[in-house]
Amino acid sequence: MTTGIQLRTHPGIVAIALAIAAFLVAFLVIPVVAVVYTAFSDGQGGFTLAHFSAFSEISLMRESFANSLYVAGMTVGLGTLIAVPLAYLTVRFQFRGAILVQTLGVLPLVMPAFVGAAAMQLLFGRSGSVNLLLKDAFGVTLPLMDGLNGVIFVETLHYFPFILLNLSAALANIDSSMEEAAQNLGASGWRLFMKVVFPLSMPGYVAGASLVFIKVFDDLGTPLVLNVTNMLAPQAYLRVTSIGLEDPIGYVICVILVAFSIGAMGGSWWFVKRRDYALVSRGGVQAPKRKLTPWQTFLAYGWIGGMLLLVLSPHLGILLLSFSKVWSFTVLPEQFTLGHFATVFTESKQMIWNTFLYCGLAALIDVVIGTAIAYIVLRTKLPGRQILDHLVTVALAMPGLVLGIGYLRTFKGVELPFGGGALTASWVIFVLAYAVRRLPYALRSCMAALTQVHPALEEAAENLGAGRWSTIRRVVIPLMMGGILAGFVTSFITAAAEISETILLTSRESLAPMSYGIYLYFQSVLGRGPGAALGVIAVALVAFGTYLSHRLVAANSPHQSGGGK
Amino acid sequence: MKKPAIRALAIALACLPFAAAADTVTVVTSFPKEITTAYKKAFEAKYPNDKVEILNKNTAAGIAYVREQAAGSRPDVFWASAPDAFEVLANANLLQKIGPGNPAIPAKVGNYPVNDPQGFYRGQALAGYGLMWNTRYVKANNLPEPKEWADLVKPVYFGHLAISSPSRSGTTHLTVETILQGEGWNKGWEQLLAICANSAAITERSFGVPDGVNNGQFGIGLVIDFFGLAAKNSGLPVEFVYPSVTAIVPANIALIDGAKAKDAGMRFIDYTLSEEGQMLLLDPKISRLPVLPSVYAKAPAGYPNPFGGQIQAKVNFDSNLSESRYYVVVSLFDQQITFRHKELAAAMKAINDADKRMGGKKSAQLDEARKLLLTPVVDEKQAADAKLLALFKAKKTDAEASKAKAKVEEEWAAKSKANYAKAAELASSAK
Repeated sequence: MTTGIQLRTHPGIVAIALAIAAFLVAFLVIPVVAVVYTAFSDGQGGFTLAHFSAFSEISLMRESFANSLYVAGMTVGLGTLIAVPLAYLTVRFQFRGAILVQTLGVLPLVMPAFVGAAAMQLLFGRSGSVNLLLKDAFGVTLPLMDGLNGVIFVETLHYFPFILLNLSAALANIDSSMEEAAQNLGASGWRLFMKVVFPLSMPGYVAGASLVFIKVFDDLGTPLVLNVTNMLAPQAYLRVTSIGLEDPIGYVICVILVAFSIGAMGGSWWFVKRRDYALVSRGGVQAPKRKLTPWQTFLAYGWIGGMLLLVLSPHLGILLLSFSKVWSFTVLPEQFTLGHFATVFTESKQMIWNTFLYCGLAALIDVVIGTAIAYIVLRTKLPGRQILDHLVTVALAMPGLVLGIGYLRTFKGVELPFGGGALTASWVIFVLAYAVRRLPYALRSCMAALTQVHPALEEAAENLGAGRWSTIRRVVIPLMMGGILAGFVTSFITAAAEISETILLTSRESLAPMSYGIYLYFQSVLGRGPGAALGVIAVALVAFGTYLSHRLVAANSPHQSGGGK
Repeated sequence: MKKPAIRALAIALACLPFAAAADTVTVVTSFPKEITTAYKKAFEAKYPNDKVEILNKNTAAGIAYVREQAAGSRPDVFWASAPDAFEVLANANLLQKIGPGNPAIPAKVGNYPVNDPQGFYRGQALAGYGLMWNTRYVKANNLPEPKEWADLVKPVYFGHLAISSPSRSGTTHLTVETILQGEGWNKGWEQLLAICANSAAITERSFGVPDGVNNGQFGIGLVIDFFGLAAKNSGLPVEFVYPSVTAIVPANIALIDGAKAKDAGMRFIDYTLSEEGQMLLLDPKISRLPVLPSVYAKAPAGYPNPFGGQIQAKVNFDSNLSESRYYVVVSLFDQQITFRHKELAAAMKAINDADKRMGGKKSAQLDEARKLLLTPVVDEKQAADAKLLALFKAKKTDAEASKAKAKVEEEWAAKSKANYAKAAELASSAK
């Protein structure tokens, strides 16, 4: 790849790299450092562990810590139970339901977990549809949504796709000769799976599982909507909002969240590096897909059907809720209305607009920075250019709650120019927060796109007399466009579904984006209907965006010239 | 591609929701969207030059928010139920003296002054506390319809009630304080502990209770009246009653000192107290009790009227007492109930089971268990102890005090836990 294109460092490139670094330091590094510093500071500039010992002396905190670990661990466990059979089924067997499994893998992701949570209570709660039916038929009820169970249930249905997708990819990469060798040696069925297939797909599984673990560990919206507060993230939020920004315990919790995030991501990276998973003939022959016996087919469809029903339940629930006038102690709503949508469109237009504005601007910032970093990392020899890439990766590991608290603390008292008022009380803070946290997605997308552009094309342009900037503008960016757009859409939709930072940063209703609006509606007695209606709009938006980004990536990939690797 | 993008950006920037112009009234409130939206709409229609900005926060977060803003950039109006919240703000010099408003509003409801005698805040609506239940749930579970708090301590209600935590909800704190003042410290806690032991959940925010009752997750909830009345008047299958141990207390509105737009803020406050503003309270979705007596003439039949003697409020709420022990009550509730709810409910169940097993026979051991379960770990004398009260009021940044406070809280928690374990053990071995 180091062909003849200019690799000397252009001063303009240096300036851009420095500007990006300054942006990341100001809006990522400093706020996080401020949070960590506060947790260890005694108020006079000295170092202290007193706040940590205070934390460990409060039994509620110990309990919250244990609960957060329990919920995240259980979610990974249950998610594994759901995902492993599905992944194995599609990759290893001749099976027509593969498209169903793929659908299963995407459906939950378009529904923010906290939105689904409200509907799940009406379906699976104490007097939810399922329990009313069970009670009628068998006289029993299942405590599916009671306390921590509810959080685990909702999060499992939302996050198992991360395990499914990573595991499927890993399974597909295993060379069939390994399995054949095992079979020749007499292994089959369960033994073959446990001793050969699963260990070989471990890297994919660990990547998925650790991601699920930290996502659940950091989640604020779902426990709050489900009224569960004895977990770490809700405690941090409650401490900081009701006691105030000075309360050190909130920061201690933040440090714990960050430590676990980094630990889980670093751990999964280390795990994969530590063992040699390379196969002699990687990507060689894909395992021949085996046939299912009729019995197995029946079981497979049964499992998938059941999962599909479960996974669809929040979607159905929220849709029913958005059209229901009265839904109380009955299996299904008894009166339907369009009124909630009317309410949302008259009262909450501003919120819908805010979402488009914040997420649009944030995604724009992301692809601009993402494209620039991708170019600097892949096409220049600027010393230290990898630092930018690593800094952005740090953003991936930062819980939204931590960044939100860091912003409130760092930028307290900072005024916007031109009389724009306090930064933390303005719309700008949302754009910054979303842009920083969604940057990794956009960057991956831009990197992938640039890798697929063969440097020979740039070389050709420069041979024809084009300068560096015009090559970038006329050749590189147009060729990257598919990836840039996909990155834009991914950043946009993930920001639109974000709730942890949003709850913290929303200081006034007129500034609130849709996700906060949904949360706010859920907090009022008659608000479930309008909240669900706004949720349906958000889900439709995210679903459309997901579809769009898949299309963009699909449309872009045939052009790849294989130049990257 | 660049130019359209720049143009789009420019258009976007031009339409941004720019922060507070000069005539924007910023209102910090714990009230649900139904109320705030109605007032925002009506006020903006009447004063087209003013805009209303709502900052929806629960009461505690609202106080913290006002405290943390610098004078001059503070919000303008504080609007919430709990009178103690206003006392806290007034004591911190965060409220402006505005005196009483609309002269047609009486000075007192029962024995309780509608407006702050010192003139820092005004009563804007009246609120009583009561019981709300889901008629379908109650029927399906064969529960008798409750009338009084005291009914809720009965075993038949075990697992069917819901209450919020006073630390998270100003209105719940008022309910708790009303019961404590109405029944006395020991009897009040006994009742509260039994009610909470019978609860299926101690919810995070006061709305969690009516919300759960509305959709049938809970049977009966302890709520502020408008939650129950609004749901009922909007067609949900719920009922609401005022028990006799209730206090009618004003929900208040105040002008914040150091506010950005004082004049507009004052206009908003006066509007909420005008006949027009008071009429908004009768909206079925809001269903609050106006402070302006003439408005009741226009209310639908059966609308509760606290000036007409329909609500028997036996308790004369003492807001000074309430404020003085606010932190202790709230923390005690959390340590003994909220955070130990599982153990509390389990011990209650053990006692109920033992009672059933023995066919209602008297048992000293069971009485002992009940006593352990239903006694507050802080007695009335301790709760009035000046040193303890001062400790709980100390500044959060005072590391010594907060450590000492954490220690006290930890003692309460440990004692409660031990008491519940002992009670459960006694009950299950009772003969």
